Amino acid sequence: MDFTRRETLALGAGAALMTVLPFRANAAVDDLIAEFTGGAAVADGGVDLTAPEIAENGNTVPITVGAEGATAIMVLAAGNPTPPVATFKFGPMAGAQSASTRIRLAGTQDVVAVAQLADGSFARASKTVKVTIGGCGG
Amino acid sequence: MADGVKPRVKVPKKAAAGDVVTIKTLISHPMESGQRKDSSGNVIPRSIINRFVVDYNGQNVIDVDLAPAISTNPYFEFDAMIPEAGEMTFTWYDDDGSVYEEAKSIAIG
Amino acid sequence: MKFKALTAVAALLAAPLAYAGGPDDDTLVVNEEVEMATKVAAPAHMSDTGIDTIMSGWHFRTDETQSLQMDDFENPSMIFVDQAVDYFETVDGTEGKSCASCHESVEEFAGLSATMPKMIDGKLTTMEDLLNSHRAEAMGAEPWKWSSAEMQALVALIGLQSRGMPMNVAIDGDAAPYWEQGKEMYYTRYGQLELSCANCHEENYGNFIRADHLSQGQINGFPTYRLKQAKLISRHNRFRGCIRDTRGETFAEGSDEFRALELYVASRGNGLSVETPAVRQ
Repeated sequence: MDFTRRETLALGAGAALMTVLPFRANAAVDDLIAEFTGGAAVADGGVDLTAPEIAENGNTVPITVGAEGATAIMVLAAGNPTPPVATFKFGPMAGAQSASTRIRLAGTQDVVAVAQLADGSFARASKTVKVTIGGCGG
Repeated sequence: MADGVKPRVKVPKKAAAGDVVTIKTLISHPMESGQRKDSSGNVIPRSIINRFVVDYNGQNVIDVDLAPAISTNPYFEFDAMIPEAGEMTFTWYDDDGSVYEEAKSIAIG
Repeated sequence: MKFKALTAVAALLAAPLAYAGGPDDDTLVVNEEVEMATKVAAPAHMSDTGIDTIMSGWHFRTDETQSLQMDDFENPSMIFVDQAVDYFETVDGTEGKSCASCHESVEEFAGLSATMPKMIDGKLTTMEDLLNSHRAEAMGAEPWKWSSAEMQALVALIGLQSRGMPMNVAIDGDAAPYWEQGKEMYYTRYGQLELSCANCHEENYGNFIRADHLSQGQINGFPTYRLKQAKLISRHNRFRGCIRDTRGETFAEGSDEFRALELYVASRGNGLSVETPAVRQ
């Protein structure tokens, strides 16, 4: 998918606005998490989230999520125009409750992973990814 | 159906019974986000793969819901348990109703 | 409070230093078997450039981008290479032929891309030219557009047959005047920003232009999968992008100017392994 300079700037501006208005950004993410957990408490830690500190291009950012024994893991990009990224559900034939994929980030932001653990409780992890913009072309 | 959609999967041909094997999948798809506009300012409609399911001998390995934030040419890597010989099936569901399928058999040995 | 602010500033200053500057020292091995020559002595014709080691653009990318090229399954280019295998066998045009009607296997092209562009019948010829002339003459088929998906997929498939072989384009004989023309372009400042290829890729490789880590501008990995466009990008498309970004009036893909520039830039990579299809940011 091609992003023109204008679109990239618009996305970046959106991300910047989200940063300036943390309450609003968090509200969207919080709603999605509440929907996923059914309102249950979410502990910090217990979820592995691997993402690069710096992504050369926001179009293709490799991430890995995992949580031992988890039944499902939801991934959100807090600064994207729409935060949902993916939800992984692990079946009985899963060899590990972990998966890798490549995602789009509209700018520097936090990636959030929320896992439903084997005992039904929830845990989360987040990681900031800096998304760089290119050279003269942007 | 998006043009030229082509799945690629990497699965070992053989495993020992009870092994955990790593599976990689890639499918060509534009993953049009629905956020972009064309040169005349009209929104390009969303067209993505919204779900990806992998089963082994009919039992689920992984079931993924995809949002438009998944990159063009979606890639997944995950582990599967191989208790016995069998067939692994891969299914990608497109917004437009198309379904792309691939299957690979795994022998024990 | 003041201390905290200073620490924050120091952290901000230190962060870019951690990754700034120069190429890295990693080794590019594809599929754990093909080791690439990614840093070699510069060819003799570059003696007056101040560059004694030529380097693959791979060295200037982050670990994450680098790893995409180290395994053919991770490399998204391979989807298009797979498609090209189908195109190779697809009948097209008035003669009812496919590539495979005349060419038993794509493997017979091993080594070809390492010598392209080259002089054929008195004309400087790129791989795209070669494909289109065969489509016209042998198949009676319409030419493909330079940067079309079909064209670049097939250029990549043929390039892959030479992967790991050293680039070795001829610059003497009847190629010499084209090479001189390309060299002239390489050092010509274009656009409102008045930038030549050399300003960035000879004088400033290893430095950052905004957030982008400048490489030597080698083309030994083209067509290359660019994360930005999420598809295979042709050499001429990249040339066009660079000149456009100087805010200049650019040349067209498939123009004689870009053929000449391709020959010259390819010759600056003589000795580096063909990496086609590479992955870049």
